[in-house]
Amino acid sequence: MKLARDTWLIFQRQILLLLRNPVWVFVGVFQPVMYLLLFAPLLKAALNAPSQAAAYKIFVPGLLVLLAIFGGLFQGFGLIAELRAGVIERSRVTPISRFALLLGRSLRDVVSLIVQAVIITLLALAFDLRVLLGDLLLAYLMLALIALMTSAVSYGVALKVKSEDALAPLMNTIAQPLLLLSGILLPLALAPGWLQAVARWNPFSWAVDGTRALFAGNLGDDKVWQGLGIIAVLAVAAVVWAARQFARSVR
Amino acid sequence: MIETHGLRKAFRSRAGRRTTTVDAVRGVDLAVAEGEIFGFLGPNGAGKTTTLRMLATLIQPDGGEAVLAGADLRRAPGEVRRRIGYVAQGGSTWDESTAREELVLQARMYGIGKADAQARTVRALDSFQLSEYADRKCRTYSGGQRRRVEIALGIIHEPRIVFLDEPTTGLDPQSRAYMWDEIRRLRAEGMTVFITTHYLEEADALCDRIAIIDHGEVVVEGTPADLKREVSGDVVLVGLDTPAAVESATRLLADEPYVRTVEAGEGTGLRLSVDEGATAIPRILRRVDAAGLDLRSIGLHRPSLDDVFLTKTGRSLRES
Repeated sequence: MKLARDTWLIFQRQILLLLRNPVWVFVGVFQPVMYLLLFAPLLKAALNAPSQAAAYKIFVPGLLVLLAIFGGLFQGFGLIAELRAGVIERSRVTPISRFALLLGRSLRDVVSLIVQAVIITLLALAFDLRVLLGDLLLAYLMLALIALMTSAVSYGVALKVKSEDALAPLMNTIAQPLLLLSGILLPLALAPGWLQAVARWNPFSWAVDGTRALFAGNLGDDKVWQGLGIIAVLAVAAVVWAARQFARSVR
Repeated sequence: MIETHGLRKAFRSRAGRRTTTVDAVRGVDLAVAEGEIFGFLGPNGAGKTTTLRMLATLIQPDGGEAVLAGADLRRAPGEVRRRIGYVAQGGSTWDESTAREELVLQARMYGIGKADAQARTVRALDSFQLSEYADRKCRTYSGGQRRRVEIALGIIHEPRIVFLDEPTTGLDPQSRAYMWDEIRRLRAEGMTVFITTHYLEEADALCDRIAIIDHGEVVVEGTPADLKREVSGDVVLVGLDTPAAVESATRLLADEPYVRTVEAGEGTGLRLSVDEGATAIPRILRRVDAAGLDLRSIGLHRPSLDDVFLTKTGRSLRES
């Protein structure tokens, strides 16, 4: 109960500050929109898809997962600014739940990601993408869990390194191989066997497969539940780990 | 109100492959009474902030015990948090928030309900004379205004003890004087105030009792007046007209019971070390006058806390 109240308190504050400067939601969505408009049209031919809509069914889920990963991983920068301003320390001398300090912020990131995902989905609908609402909502759940995990990781790392200069290269180093090994831009079905074998160890590759299955309308596909399960477990682990960084001494 | 025994903290820092351990605080014993302004005086790096951060539950001590307002620091840190307020040195407000938002949030983080939090915020804004700027973003505040918001944040939940880490550093003289009044007001409201400072004047003017800390250890503790008296007593400077008069005055005054020592001063002057200058001066006047000597000038020099620091550590606080 206290956790829910405290989380809501932090979430409210963060959303208020986000709404005061909503431009960041749109800056975040700019790059994926560019991919959608300028890269996706190449895919019909490249993937040998029967139609442009079929190509979008493969590409859009990957794009959304990409957005969730990157959107989350770079949230730590905001936290470092808060750390520097003394806001985190001021929170830590109060009896507020340490979980809430993390969750309130991560949930803000989840909400802002879902807004971005809706924008992209709507744009894709204009390009003849069709997906069932139920499947879409499950796909959003997957995205929400991914954003929860990556933003928690980013916050935890930010509290450890405490400097933007260290955080930026670190996050890029993590994100690059995760991105390339997840089959986001092109399905890994096109990859040689050794690359597929390595990618099996990348949880985001499972997430992308699951999300694609949902967009394809294969709700019963095992990949859906496998993807959701793997990401959910990792999200919980990331949240627990990051909340412990909040409980620990900072600076 | 605050009692600590043997509070210790060491930091490990790594430079390349070598790990060095720095003993930031090495066994601090303190006893702070309820309702006093207690000052922690020492140069930068002496361990003031580290001690404060331990007492505010921000970092775990390596050893030692502390009880704050009846709550044990190790066993019940949550209870300690409820009973204390802490205002950090480097600021704690967010540029994009307003003072009102910050205060309401802070009260709510202490578990206070929404309506109560808003009412407290109105009162705090009023008593810190911030109502006028309450709905402006913190980025627009002056240093003094910001400092007031931060102190208001630290006491919004009406703690029994409030820790202020260098509350006046970086403020102009006028804001500093205002802040001193605010701190005295907190004491008048029954709070125990624990401040750190490296300003001697501040410790002297504001604090009921002080502890001087150097290299992670408390070197001396007491009221500013006691500490100064203990070190050297007051010094009375007496000016006479001729070397002959100096000679006879030296003999004369050395026999007086309240005079500890008599030394030659500048020119035809004397330096008398006395227990208490204010009562010694009229007696010296009468004695010298009665002997028919011509007294040119008389002055009182009170030892400063810097003299105390110098005696206890061998260095001047102003140099370190």
